[in-house]
Amino acid sequence: MNQYPWWKNAFIGLIVVLGLIYALPNLYGDNPAVEIQATHGARVNDATVARVRRLLAAAHLPYKHIGRVAKGVQVRFRRAGVQMRARDLIGQKLGPGFHTALALAPADPSWLRALGARPMYLGLDLRGGVHFLLRVDMHAALHKALVEDTRALRRALRHRHIRYREARLTKTGVVKLRFRNAAQTHEARRLMTQRFTDLAVTSGSHNPNTLRAVMTPAAIAARQHYALEQNLTALRRRVNELGVAAPVIQQEGQSRIVVELPGVEDIARAKEILGRTATLEIHMVDSKNSLATAVSNGAPPGTRIYDNRHGQPILLYDRVLYSGDDITNASAGVDPQTGQPVVNITLNGRGAAINARVTRRNVGQRMAVVYVEVQSHLKRNDQGVPIRGPDGRRERVTRKIERVITAPVIREALGGSFQITGIGSVRQARNLSLLLRAGALAAPVSIIAERTVGPSLGAANITRGFYATLFGFLAIAVFITVYYRTFGVLAAIALATNVVLLVAVLSVLQATLTLPGIAGIALTVGMAIDANVLIFERIREELRNKNSPQAAIATGFDKAMGTIVDSNMTTFIAGLALFWLGSGSVRGFAVTLCLGILTSLFSAIVVTRALVNAVYGRRRRLARVDI
Amino acid sequence: MEFFRIKRDLPFMRYARTTVFVSLVLFAAAVAALVARGLNLNVDFTGGTVIELQFKAATPASAIRRLLVTHHYRHARVENYGTASKVLIRLPTRATKGKALAVRVLRLVSAHYPGTNLRSVEYVGPEVGSELADQGALALLFVALGITIYLTVRFEWRFAVGAIVATIHDVVIVLGVFAFFHISFSLTVLAAVLAVLGYSVNDTVVVFDRIRENFRRMRTGTTAEIIDSAITRTLSRTVMTHLLTQMMVLSMLFLGGPVLFGFALAMTIGIVVGTYGSVLVASPIVMWLGLKREDLVARKAAAERP
Repeated sequence: MNQYPWWKNAFIGLIVVLGLIYALPNLYGDNPAVEIQATHGARVNDATVARVRRLLAAAHLPYKHIGRVAKGVQVRFRRAGVQMRARDLIGQKLGPGFHTALALAPADPSWLRALGARPMYLGLDLRGGVHFLLRVDMHAALHKALVEDTRALRRALRHRHIRYREARLTKTGVVKLRFRNAAQTHEARRLMTQRFTDLAVTSGSHNPNTLRAVMTPAAIAARQHYALEQNLTALRRRVNELGVAAPVIQQEGQSRIVVELPGVEDIARAKEILGRTATLEIHMVDSKNSLATAVSNGAPPGTRIYDNRHGQPILLYDRVLYSGDDITNASAGVDPQTGQPVVNITLNGRGAAINARVTRRNVGQRMAVVYVEVQSHLKRNDQGVPIRGPDGRRERVTRKIERVITAPVIREALGGSFQITGIGSVRQARNLSLLLRAGALAAPVSIIAERTVGPSLGAANITRGFYATLFGFLAIAVFITVYYRTFGVLAAIALATNVVLLVAVLSVLQATLTLPGIAGIALTVGMAIDANVLIFERIREELRNKNSPQAAIATGFDKAMGTIVDSNMTTFIAGLALFWLGSGSVRGFAVTLCLGILTSLFSAIVVTRALVNAVYGRRRRLARVDI
Repeated sequence: MEFFRIKRDLPFMRYARTTVFVSLVLFAAAVAALVARGLNLNVDFTGGTVIELQFKAATPASAIRRLLVTHHYRHARVENYGTASKVLIRLPTRATKGKALAVRVLRLVSAHYPGTNLRSVEYVGPEVGSELADQGALALLFVALGITIYLTVRFEWRFAVGAIVATIHDVVIVLGVFAFFHISFSLTVLAAVLAVLGYSVNDTVVVFDRIRENFRRMRTGTTAEIIDSAITRTLSRTVMTHLLTQMMVLSMLFLGGPVLFGFALAMTIGIVVGTYGSVLVASPIVMWLGLKREDLVARKAAAERP
C-alpha cells in the first residue's frame, strides 16, 4: 500500500542524520575569550597563567577555562560582559610587555571539526562589531591616472623629438597640447592614437596646432574597476594586519566597499588603518655629506634627514627615484646562500628602467626604501567635538609620517626584479613584503556609513531570537498535535527536521546568520507547516468523500503537491528579489527564506510521507486513521 | 478536532461588493496615512547620529538609557561598547543637527555622571539611506512583476491581476499602519513587508488553485458558485495556516526584542490583512474580470498535471 521502497527510507534517514551532524556545531557556539601575548621583553609561561588566575579570582570574575595556547595564554569566559571587565583588569595589572586582546574561541569538539562541520557564521548584529561603508574617490583615481598619462605622453613626445609648447592637464581632466606647426601636431596625434589608446584625441577648436585629449569611457571604466580592485586588495591586507577573525570586505556597486569587522571594539584604530594612505618611496642615500654635520647644521640643499625605524637619522636625497606604485609584486624569502631573510621585488616597466639606470651608476652606494603615510584625523576642539569649517564639513588635519625601512648597499646593477637584504628577521621580511604588496590605496576612501553593534547587544539578540523561535515552534507543535492528532505529531517531527536541515544547510554553506536571518528561520517554520496543513486537509476531505484511508492518504499527498509548489514558488520569487536587491542583514533574511522553502518542501512532503507510511502504510485493511 | 465542518458552500461572492468596499476604505485610509504622516523612516534610511561616551567608571547601559528616555530621547539605543565604561548612544535624526545634539546629550549625561568624555560622534550618511529606500521600492516592484509573470504562465492573466491587486492592497495597508502609528520603519521592516508580499500571494494561489480545479471538476454552477465552493473548501486550511504562522510571528513580537519587533509587527498585520485580501479581494476581482469555464478548461489538455 502506502510504502516507500527501503532505499528511499534509507536515503531520507541518511539526509536527516547528516543534517543533525552538520547542525550540531551551532549548539556549542563561541566562548568570549581574552588572549594574552608577550610583546617585547616579557615571556608568557606557567607563572603568567597562575598570575592571571589569581587576578581573576581576586576580582571575582568567573571563567570557564584558562590555559596556554600557541601564541600565549587564553582565558575563556561564559559571558562577554565578564570578558570585557577581565580584559580591562588584566591589561591594567599585568603591566607592560603584555598585550591583551578580545577574541572568540570556538567551543565545538574536535571530532565535529574533523568532519568539516562548522557553526554558522554569526553576523555583526549577533556577534558585535563594526560595519563600514567606504566610498572610493573615483575622481581622485582618474586624476591620478591622467597625471601619469600626461607624464608618459610628455616623455614619449620628447623621445620622438616632437617639440611641444604646452602639455598640461587641466582641472577638468583634459590634456591640452600645443605645438609649433601642423606637421608636429599631426605626428603627435598619430603617436597618441597609436600608443595612448586610453585617450580620445580631438583637434583644438581655435588653434589648428592644438590637441585636446580626454579619457575614453572605456578607459574610465577600466580605471575605476582597477582602482576598486586595488583598493579591495589593499583593504583586505590591512584588515589582515588588524588581526580580525573572519572579516568581510566586499565590493558594493560601482564605487563602494563594505568592510565588516566582527568583534572589533576599537573603532578608532580600525578606521585609522582602513583609511591609511601609505606608500613607499625609493631614494638614494647621500654618502658625500656628513650626517653629523647635517644633523647639527641642517641638511644640505637637495637632501633631507629621515629617521629609520630605530629612530636613528639618515641623510637621503630629496628626489624620489620611483615609488610603491611601480612595484608589481613582493614576496618574502630566504637567501639560499647566506640563509638571511630577503624580500623579492618585481617592478613594472617604468620602475625597472629607472632602477636599471640608477643602480648601474651607483654600485657600492646605498639606496633607501622610505615608508610614507598620510594620516588624517578629525580636527577637534577641547571637548573632543569635531570642528566644522564654514561649509559645514568637518575639518581634518593631516600628518605625514616618513620612515626609512631599510637602506641596503647596491651590490650590482639591477633590473626589473631584485632583492632587499639586511632586513633582520623573517617576520620583518614578511611584514615588509606585505606592505609592499598591499601598497597604497589606488584612490582615497571615505567612510560614508558606519554601524556598530556591541557584543552585549549581540548576545542579547541571539538569546531573543532563539527563544522567540523556540516558543513559536512549541506553540505550533502543541496546536497541530491537538488538531491533527497522530498526523499532527508526525508533522511536528517533520517540522523539527526542517529546522535541523535548514540550520545544517546554512552551516555547510557557511552562511552569515543575522537577526533577520533568525526571523527568516522562524518564518519558514510557520510557512513549512502550511504544506502539512494543505496535505492533511486534503486527506480529511478525501475521507469525508468516503474514500478508504489508504487511498485518502495517497490522493491527499498527490493533490496537495501542485498547490504547495505553486504557492511556495511565489514566496521564493520574493526571496530572490530580496537577495538580489538587499544588502547586509536583509540579504541574510533572504537566504534563509529561500533555503527554508527548499528544506520545508523536503520535510513537509517527503519526510512527513515517510513517517505516515511508517505508521499506517503496512496495514492492508486500515479501518480509520487518526487525523 | 476540527473547526470547520461546513456542509454547504458559504456564499462569499454574494457579499463581494461589501468585502471589497471594506478593503477599499481600509486602502484609502492607509494611503491617506501614508500621504499625511509619511513613514517614520529610521536611521537605516535617513541617516542618524552615533555618540560614543567614555565614563570614569563602569556604567551600565540601562541606566543611561533610562536617563535619556526620561529626557525626551525616546528613541535612544544605548549599549556598552569595548569596555564596561564606554557607552554608545544612537539617535535617529532627521536633519544633520548631529553636533548640537551630541553636545546636548553630553551635557545631560555629564550632569549625572561627572567626568564623562565624548569619544566620537558619527553619522550614517543620508545618501546611503535614500539609496536603500530606492532599492527597497525597486525590490517591491520586481517581486510584483515576477509574481505576475509566474501566475500568468501557471494560471491565467485574470488570476495574476487579482493576486497582484490583493497583494498591493495588503502591502499598502501594512505600510499605512506603520505610517498612522508612526512606528519606526527600518530595513528589517522592509524585509518583512517583502515577505508579506510573498506570503500573501502564496495564500491567494492556494485559493486560485482550488478555483481552477473546481472549474474542471464541477460541470455545472456559475463562476460565483464555483469560487464560493473553492473558498469554503480551503477555508479550514486558510485559517489553520494563518493561525500557526501567526503563533510564530507573535512569539517573535513578544520575545524577539526591539530589533525584531518591527519585523514581527509588519508580519502580524500582513498575515491578518493578507488572509482577508486573498479570500475576499483577489477572488471577486477574478470574478469581475469575467473568468469563465472556457478560460481554464480550454487549457486543460496543456496544463493538466499527471
